[in-house]
Amino acid sequence: MSALRTVDPSAGAPMPLEQAIWAALEDVSDPEIPTISVVDLGVVRRVEVGPGRVRVELLPTFVGCPAIDLMRSAVEERLAGFAPDVEAVVSFAEPWTSQRITPQGHMRLRESGFGPPAPAGDGESLLPMLPVAPCPYCGSLDTSIQNAFGPTLCRAIYHCAACRQPFEQFKTV
Amino acid sequence: MTATPERRSTRQLARPDLPRFDTEELDPPTREALSGLLLTMADDEFVLGFWDSEWTGIAPMLEEDVAFSSLAQDEIGHARLLFEMLAQLRGSDADDLAFGRTADEYRHCRLLDHPRTDWAFSVARRWLYDTADAVRLGALRRSGFVPLAQIVEKIRREETYHLMHMDVWMRRLAQGGEPRERLEVALASLWPDALSVFAPLPEEDLLIEAGILAAPMSGLADRHYEQLRGVLSSLGLTVPEPRPSSQDGRDRAKPSESFRWLWGEFTMVHRLEPGATW
Repeated sequence: MSALRTVDPSAGAPMPLEQAIWAALEDVSDPEIPTISVVDLGVVRRVEVGPGRVRVELLPTFVGCPAIDLMRSAVEERLAGFAPDVEAVVSFAEPWTSQRITPQGHMRLRESGFGPPAPAGDGESLLPMLPVAPCPYCGSLDTSIQNAFGPTLCRAIYHCAACRQPFEQFKTV
Repeated sequence: MTATPERRSTRQLARPDLPRFDTEELDPPTREALSGLLLTMADDEFVLGFWDSEWTGIAPMLEEDVAFSSLAQDEIGHARLLFEMLAQLRGSDADDLAFGRTADEYRHCRLLDHPRTDWAFSVARRWLYDTADAVRLGALRRSGFVPLAQIVEKIRREETYHLMHMDVWMRRLAQGGEPRERLEVALASLWPDALSVFAPLPEEDLLIEAGILAAPMSGLADRHYEQLRGVLSSLGLTVPEPRPSSQDGRDRAKPSESFRWLWGEFTMVHRLEPGATW
């Protein structure tokens, strides 16, 4: 995927660096769910461009997530050609929430057999965090949670009674 | 034979995840009091994480094996952030704080001085801790020390899952038979330490004055105690007597033998090979 693919050919003007960087970041995938990019996952908080430097802020999905270190190096590697000084840093300036996942991210999750998170999670009450998760295979809502904890910190395990498939949901936080 | 692959050191050791903050904005006594608070929180999460990890591979069912391993990973992650914040505040090193102290120097609450014991005991202890921790995090989420408020906001979302999980287990075990008996035994033996998360902190007045902590520990202990009584009664469980004290919750003459054993486990690599990365 080319970093320049979002350039409008009719415009003919050089693409602003920041836009090119956002496009390049779409090549960097989540090491635990490789079909979704760090942009669609909502992990990229901000891109700052200065003379000779690029700084990217990343929000970890979960504090203890070991993938954030890999994402940070992958982002720096991908952006290496954009400026002499490229830095990716982890930020806690705002909490990552599952609402940061883009509509395209939801689609990618479903394609990979993951139930996307529900649009809940204001962090104030417990109940909205365990919503009915639609089955990514058959779309049924006749599903139940098997375990709030799954193979990684951000995944819960569900079972679909309609198509009798177990599936994982990207947790609502 | 090709060249041996280059050994990559872990990046997090070289570059802390936590954004830099200005430590000068706090006067030295307040900074010291804040250090004390962070140390207790980091040690609590760190020690609990290692107790949780003791269930990896041997939990009563596969789902709980996965769950407790995740809980452990979450807690160690929280501890790492808190140790990094503390290290910035003190100009020291997070790994040294986590692994480089003697067993006597840890400030985890007494609730976490008990061994893992049986499943009902681990559930009861975790539930007592998680409910207390929720109260503590609530008193810090609007902290005037912004870097702390920020990580608390993140941590409490994860802790919500822990609390929910333990709540389900409390209800399951409380239903009757042997599980209920074991749960009552566990609660009775943990009860004297049930409020130990809220042991008074040195100079906590300064933290309240600076808007770093919303209420004194004793006030948080009262709130927690009322909640505990309410939930236990609603489950038809005995509320043990008398009300536990939170006064001496962290300053012990000596940590328990169980903790010494755990400390021996989690500091082993650091003691064998100081500065090792893996």
